[in-house]
Amino acid sequence: MTELLPPAVVLIVAAALIGPLKGVLRTIVLFAAPLITLWMIWQVPDGANATVPFLDYRLEVVEGSAVRRLFATIFAIMVLIGGLFAYRTAKWWELAAAYAYAAGAIGVCFAGDLITLFLFWEFMALFSTVVVWCGGTPAARRAGIRYAIMHLLGGVILKVGIEGVVVHTGSVQIQPLLASNFDTWMILIGILVNTAAPPVSAWLADSYPESTPTGSVFLSAFTTKTAVLALILLFPGEPVLVGIGLYMVMYGIIYALLENDIRRILAYSVVNQVGFMVCAIGIGTEMAINGAAAHAFAHIIYKALLFMSAGVVVYRTGLNKCTELGGLFRTMPLTAVCGIIGALAISGFPLTSGFTTKTMISQAAANEGLAFVYLMLAAASAGVFLHAGIKFPWFVFFQKDSGLRPKDAPWNMGAAMLVFAALCILIGVFPEPFYRFLPYEVPYEAYSPGKVLFYLQLLLFSGLAFFWLLPLMKRTDTISLDTDWLWRVALARLATAAFDGLATVGAAIGRTRNSIVSAIGALARYGLGSERRPVDGERGFFARSWPIGLTALWIAVLLSTYVLIYYLA
Amino acid sequence: MSKSSDHWLVRPGTIRRLWQGFAIVLALTVLLQLAIKVKGYFVVDAWFGFGAAFGFLACVLMVVIAKLLGPLLKRSTDYYAGADDD
Repeated sequence: MTELLPPAVVLIVAAALIGPLKGVLRTIVLFAAPLITLWMIWQVPDGANATVPFLDYRLEVVEGSAVRRLFATIFAIMVLIGGLFAYRTAKWWELAAAYAYAAGAIGVCFAGDLITLFLFWEFMALFSTVVVWCGGTPAARRAGIRYAIMHLLGGVILKVGIEGVVVHTGSVQIQPLLASNFDTWMILIGILVNTAAPPVSAWLADSYPESTPTGSVFLSAFTTKTAVLALILLFPGEPVLVGIGLYMVMYGIIYALLENDIRRILAYSVVNQVGFMVCAIGIGTEMAINGAAAHAFAHIIYKALLFMSAGVVVYRTGLNKCTELGGLFRTMPLTAVCGIIGALAISGFPLTSGFTTKTMISQAAANEGLAFVYLMLAAASAGVFLHAGIKFPWFVFFQKDSGLRPKDAPWNMGAAMLVFAALCILIGVFPEPFYRFLPYEVPYEAYSPGKVLFYLQLLLFSGLAFFWLLPLMKRTDTISLDTDWLWRVALARLATAAFDGLATVGAAIGRTRNSIVSAIGALARYGLGSERRPVDGERGFFARSWPIGLTALWIAVLLSTYVLIYYLA
Repeated sequence: MSKSSDHWLVRPGTIRRLWQGFAIVLALTVLLQLAIKVKGYFVVDAWFGFGAAFGFLACVLMVVIAKLLGPLLKRSTDYYAGADDD
């Protein structure tokens, strides 16, 4: 067996070179690294390809399979096109952090054992935090700290689970598990933190919109989707995931409907879309896993496209709220068209990548006879069109005339958007070549007249509902509370109250101590007299001179008492 | 907004025509079900116009839920400004 170099290494080296290199050389590294990575990814055959001894374990740093290559491929494509989008405006440290972050994601893709997975997992957490911090504002700094705490906590939970599995089974292999004991539950929870599952969904919408217009494009792609891959590898068919997925789907829609910040709307819809994938993994059939993998691939493309479109708007106008934007289609036609294509794709409109991938998940639910899941997913598909498909482009590019006349996207951003927009349509129109890369060989016919008609009805009437209810959708300049209120406010208040309580107790103890000290002082002054008494002043009780006869009398009393006790006992 | 100098896409005449076009498309998607059989998996989803009614009602429900949750969840943008100061 030849030992393969992990494909992640190329991006790590590139990330290290981005800083020192300048000008053309840096640009070459930025574009060459993901291309070389892409080539290396497709050199990885199935099975374990590189082993490293570590303590008593054999780490399988490069393990190949269809689904691993699929995820790694889209990550590498994301780095390439994201790099194209970002390289002229992003600071070098943001690019370096983003490349290192992507390297972590690709490392996770090929991790054959739990220890390697964990190492790359933390690598991602570290550098994604830096990408959030690159936002550069005080809000970004605070959001980055909250993001880091959440991911380090998730990492610790994951680590506890991995340790448990290693100790109790002796195996570090990545293989399908079921959440049946403490160890496996910890692993599952650790991974679910990264998918933004309840009750910690809030970290995603809290942090991504605080990054730079280019940073949020990278952030939208890697963390949640590596977690989806980890779920596919470790927990296919875990029933609890169905419920969690459905919750995430609905959570994303409701919060996106309430939101005013354009990138936060997209962040909530990441949770919504990942919910589809988590639900599919919970269903766990070959069709469902294919659907989850295909949807993740398509999702990264159209979600990055949407974040690019929003990023260009933020970059050109400096504004990020629905209430401040509107009517931008006049001067930003390219950004508007690309944003609309992304919005149609995320809604799963026929002829876009969302339709050919997401419907596979619904089909899997139908095949298993899961009526409730099927109808919820159908409702959610309608809801996606509502909150992302129409709401995002409508409020940004149409709505009212905000009077803003910004320039359209710079050429590199426009080119990146065009590539991804083309991919959205390509996978939508010609899904068959793409299906060949899916993990299982399951025949799936994307287009049948009945299905297209059903989804057209579903989506177009959602559109009608949107415009009919437009008065109810009027944006307000607000944020929405989430479960993170519990630790950002309630816990903070609890801590303040606890500190206040401790301070009160401390003060009470201090007062008691003072009164005890002064009582002892008074007693001492009574017994011995004040140390500041005048020379001829009265002495304390025990310090006074007493007649010698009285002393003799007391000694006699003591002695006779002693003699008395001696004889009686 | 109603000035004719404004972009053709936002003129009231265009918007009226867009609505008319949209209404025709909506009607067509439902009426086409007379000709094209929608395969149902759970009986109800093969009903005539089920997709349309379900999509519409699901969206109305979601908007209403979001609207009702609004007063409970919405806060001014500086809500966390004090709490997060470190």
